[in-house]
Amino acid sequence: MRRGNIWLWSMAVLIYAFLYIPLAIVVLYSFNDSRLNAEWVGFTLSWYQALFNNTEMLTAARNSLIIAFSASLGATVLGTMAGLAIHRYKLKVLPILVFTPVAMPEILLGVSLLLFFLQVLNLTLGMVSIIIAHTTFCIGFVAIIVRARLQGMDESLFEAARDLGASRWQTFRLVTLPLIMPAVVAGALMSFTLSIDDFVITFFTKGVGEPILPIQIYTMIKVAVTPEVNAISTLLMLLTLVMIIIAARLESRASSGRVKMPREIVKQ
Amino acid sequence: MSLLEIRNVTRRFGDYTAVDNVSISVETGEFFTLLGPSGCGKTTLLRMIAGFDLPDSGQILLDGKDMVGTPPEKRPVHTVFQTYALFPHMTVADNIAFPLKMAGKTPQDIKNRVGEALDSVRLPEFGNRFPHELSGGQKQRVAFARGLVNRPRLLLLDEPLGALDAKLREEMQIELINLQKEVGVTFVFVTHAQNEALALSHRIAVMNHGNVEQIDEPSKIYGFPRNRFVADFIGKISMMNAQVVEATPSHLKLNVGELGEVITAGREGIKAGDDGMMAIRPEQVRISHPSEEPRLKNHFVGKVHDFLYIGDVTTYIVELSNGAYIEALLPNSSPGRATFFEVGDEVGVSWRHDAGIFLND
Repeated sequence: MRRGNIWLWSMAVLIYAFLYIPLAIVVLYSFNDSRLNAEWVGFTLSWYQALFNNTEMLTAARNSLIIAFSASLGATVLGTMAGLAIHRYKLKVLPILVFTPVAMPEILLGVSLLLFFLQVLNLTLGMVSIIIAHTTFCIGFVAIIVRARLQGMDESLFEAARDLGASRWQTFRLVTLPLIMPAVVAGALMSFTLSIDDFVITFFTKGVGEPILPIQIYTMIKVAVTPEVNAISTLLMLLTLVMIIIAARLESRASSGRVKMPREIVKQ
Repeated sequence: MSLLEIRNVTRRFGDYTAVDNVSISVETGEFFTLLGPSGCGKTTLLRMIAGFDLPDSGQILLDGKDMVGTPPEKRPVHTVFQTYALFPHMTVADNIAFPLKMAGKTPQDIKNRVGEALDSVRLPEFGNRFPHELSGGQKQRVAFARGLVNRPRLLLLDEPLGALDAKLREEMQIELINLQKEVGVTFVFVTHAQNEALALSHRIAVMNHGNVEQIDEPSKIYGFPRNRFVADFIGKISMMNAQVVEATPSHLKLNVGELGEVITAGREGIKAGDDGMMAIRPEQVRISHPSEEPRLKNHFVGKVHDFLYIGDVTTYIVELSNGAYIEALLPNSSPGRATFFEVGDEVGVSWRHDAGIFLND
């Protein structure tokens, strides 16, 4: 027993160390008072200072935020609609159509979107094309979360609303939407984090003009892994972490929390 | 004119006919029950009255107006769901206010009526609670209040007591009867629990396989079931193969296989020579010592096959001379086990000449 416990614990520690030590080193060296990522010299915030004076980096961050906001907004609206449709209409082809982009290799999606934008839409690549591309792959994630929420809910809630005099739209506004709200917000946050650090699809669908954060970082490390890269990575990590924690809390509340079926109901 | 009239309504799901050419009329102020086993079509019928489903053929008229084409929110019909379906994100007061808001009532009017509704279900202090903070019985009462607050022409109740334990269920039954009397709203109640249907209803429609087997008041349904299904589904009954020997309006003389002659109540449309079943309720059968002088017309001897002591009464299963079993109830009115029969004891069973019934289908 005891021995097994030790084994289990050391395995767990090893796995988490493997996952998090590289991240910890990045964070650590972003505060290191040395140009080299080799040895610890002393604590400094100068790399963050340098970062905030780097206009190109700031533009890249702004662009990425604009893209992430727009794409997550679009994906949330469309994904919620898709989730509702998949739940309501028991059409087998619908979930396949919506969920496929989630499982599709990103490089494939990137190439096909690139071809679609250039050859079908005749679009000049830029912010718009990236936003459309990001929206596309985020819809599926939102739809999955929203649908999971709907599946756990008592169908008669929606019928009760209609029965008591609410039109379809009132039912959606007053009953359905408030009930799926945790899932909708979780889907939006998820889309935001997926969009802000996406490299592959962004790489294929971006134009030549505007710098985008993940690609900007990549370009910087082609020269050398500077502490400045560490600094921006640390900030990005922090943002993602916050988003993920909020999304996870909302999701767990969505599936268990106070919005719950009465336990004593046993369907005959 | 009836308040609700269901005319020749049929509903099919693929090859399966859930409701088969059903016609029912419900009068204003009535407590009407649709009773039947699961899958008999009672819930499908209820959903069509509410407007969640449409009949394939036939008509549903409310106050003489055809409801087909009227969406659920436009029908003056509200439903109390089996799961209560209280909106979890709204307080009790907001739940009850919902139908009033949808009907466009003024905030003052809504406030007053929500207050009255809470009083009527004895939950005046519960307006600010959320549904998850309520017990099963309290949720149930909120669901009633919400269904009744906007005074629908018709309140549909889909097995609303199904989720409650036996004790609470009995309390809620009494409360439901009083509530219906108070507000005077017509109730259409769906259940598979026959005792609940008998206790609550003015009239009952017994359904089976999408058909209505009998529509009558509870005492008629119980005392004069029209066929074997109704007799068997409602309460307990012992049945034996029988043939009519003599038929008059007041009584029937039956020949029960290898047992002899049995006299039962007369029934319209039955003539000598008809084959069918003799049926008798356990509480109508008197069980006695074989030495006792027979005082009733129908008297036979048998042996106690088994018995069930259930507190207030004991059910005896008696094997008759022809091998058939008959059940007899003996109330445990005397203290102790004064008139207690054991398995294997010889006993006499007897019943009144007008107690049994003859069923030919």
